[in-house]
Amino acid sequence: MLEVRGLRKEFQPLSGPPVIAIGDVSFRVEARRFVSIVGPSGCGKSTLLQCVAGLMRPTAGTVLLEGQEVTGPPEGLILLFQEYNKSLMAWRSVLANVRFGLENRRGMTASERDDEARHYIDLVGLGGFERHYPWELSGGMQQRVAIARALACKPRVLLMDEPFGSLDALTRFDLEDTLLRLWASLGSTILFVTHDIEEAVYLSDRVYVLSRRPSRMLADTAIELPRPRNQLTSREDPRFIKLRHQTFEMISKEMTQA
Amino acid sequence: MRRVPWSGLAVLAAFVIVWEAWARTRGELAAFFPPASRVLATLWQLLASGELAEHTLATLRRFAQGYALAAVLSVGAGLCLGLWRPLYNLLEPLIELLRPMPSPATIPIAILFLGIGDEMKVAVTVYACSWPILLNTIDGVRSVDRVLFATAATFRLTSWARFWKVVLPAASPQIVTGLRVSLAIALILVVTSEMVVSNDGLGYYVLESQRTFQMPQMYAAVVALGIIGYVLNRLFLALDSWAMAWHKGLTRREDL
Repeated sequence: MLEVRGLRKEFQPLSGPPVIAIGDVSFRVEARRFVSIVGPSGCGKSTLLQCVAGLMRPTAGTVLLEGQEVTGPPEGLILLFQEYNKSLMAWRSVLANVRFGLENRRGMTASERDDEARHYIDLVGLGGFERHYPWELSGGMQQRVAIARALACKPRVLLMDEPFGSLDALTRFDLEDTLLRLWASLGSTILFVTHDIEEAVYLSDRVYVLSRRPSRMLADTAIELPRPRNQLTSREDPRFIKLRHQTFEMISKEMTQA
Repeated sequence: MRRVPWSGLAVLAAFVIVWEAWARTRGELAAFFPPASRVLATLWQLLASGELAEHTLATLRRFAQGYALAAVLSVGAGLCLGLWRPLYNLLEPLIELLRPMPSPATIPIAILFLGIGDEMKVAVTVYACSWPILLNTIDGVRSVDRVLFATAATFRLTSWARFWKVVLPAASPQIVTGLRVSLAIALILVVTSEMVVSNDGLGYYVLESQRTFQMPQMYAAVVALGIIGYVLNRLFLALDSWAMAWHKGLTRREDL
């Protein structure tokens, strides 16, 4: 339902030849799947997500969402950023931040919007913090607010750009499990970008590995681990270790070639 | 509950006492340097008789008109210039040329075009107040983080909603900074223009008292201006800490 065909992205620096961030990338994400993209740093993962989100025009190639070409931010698709502290509105309370995405929805009264926002605040485990401001919360809690804000819009596709990259390991595990729980119950499609191979394997149905710049698709690995996943047993599963091993080898080979 | 700044008040009291003692012991200064007690007593009399009220109201009216007009015009212009780079590039040389010019220099020109009435005084006040508000607003809009713009885009905000819900609130702390700087400038320009040409207002009253050798009256009006400036600033700070509580909390947090 989400398809990227022959995507290429070049940037023109102030002087010199254009930098090719993405060489030629094609892939598909089936509905309700959890798909991750990993790759060495600087391989254009974020650029790729920006193109999929319609925030950036690719130099060549197309992005199709349910058969429709993406030319601007499409309806039913939300991009979630790593920089939760910049993406949340510091002047809005947690409740008002989560309500943000509902405010341009017609046919809802103000109190219905608040109730809906409260529902998602509860879902991410922040009940009781509605009146707090984002800057009064820890990093992990702020990213929960951002997740609640995104999910409140009921996106069919949620794009996540290294959402847990700046959090400590324990908070990250906690948020990974919250995300999996919500994904299972809400049925969104998730395209997740990370530099953390274990995180990608742990969360996903499928992991795409990108090469270094100019990036192309190196591998497409199906993650056949049972769900629900568990931070201990899933990560100790021999299949998990093998998948991690394969993916790690592929990326480290890419990086040593650089 | 804020602490009473005792040590600061003690310095203020010492200043008044030194003034009082100096004026009393130096008899040769009496003609132009009355003791503090006499100035304060005169201020009280002028307030009680209503003589000062008329001038104070004239000054405050000009101040309010000039400041409000400058705020509306400059915030509006600053938002446009901040959001639209070509417009800024077009006007930047002009702004950079006019901005450093001392504003009172515009008073004679304003008199030529607008006469000697309130229009002239309000106009020079608007002119002088506009620069800090304008430049802070431009800068505030420019420094809105690109992640916030991207957030507005992914939530499919219309450009109007993006302006009201993202750009304006994100730029507001810096807009408020500009407004605060201009508060003092507004009072300076009103008083200066009243000194140049007027028949009412505290600026006129200070100069007129000096010219007619009514020294206690002159000092009383100067003290009154000081008090007005202080109160205006206090009011502004109270409004600021209420409306910008989120920004104070945020920056205090980042200082940790």
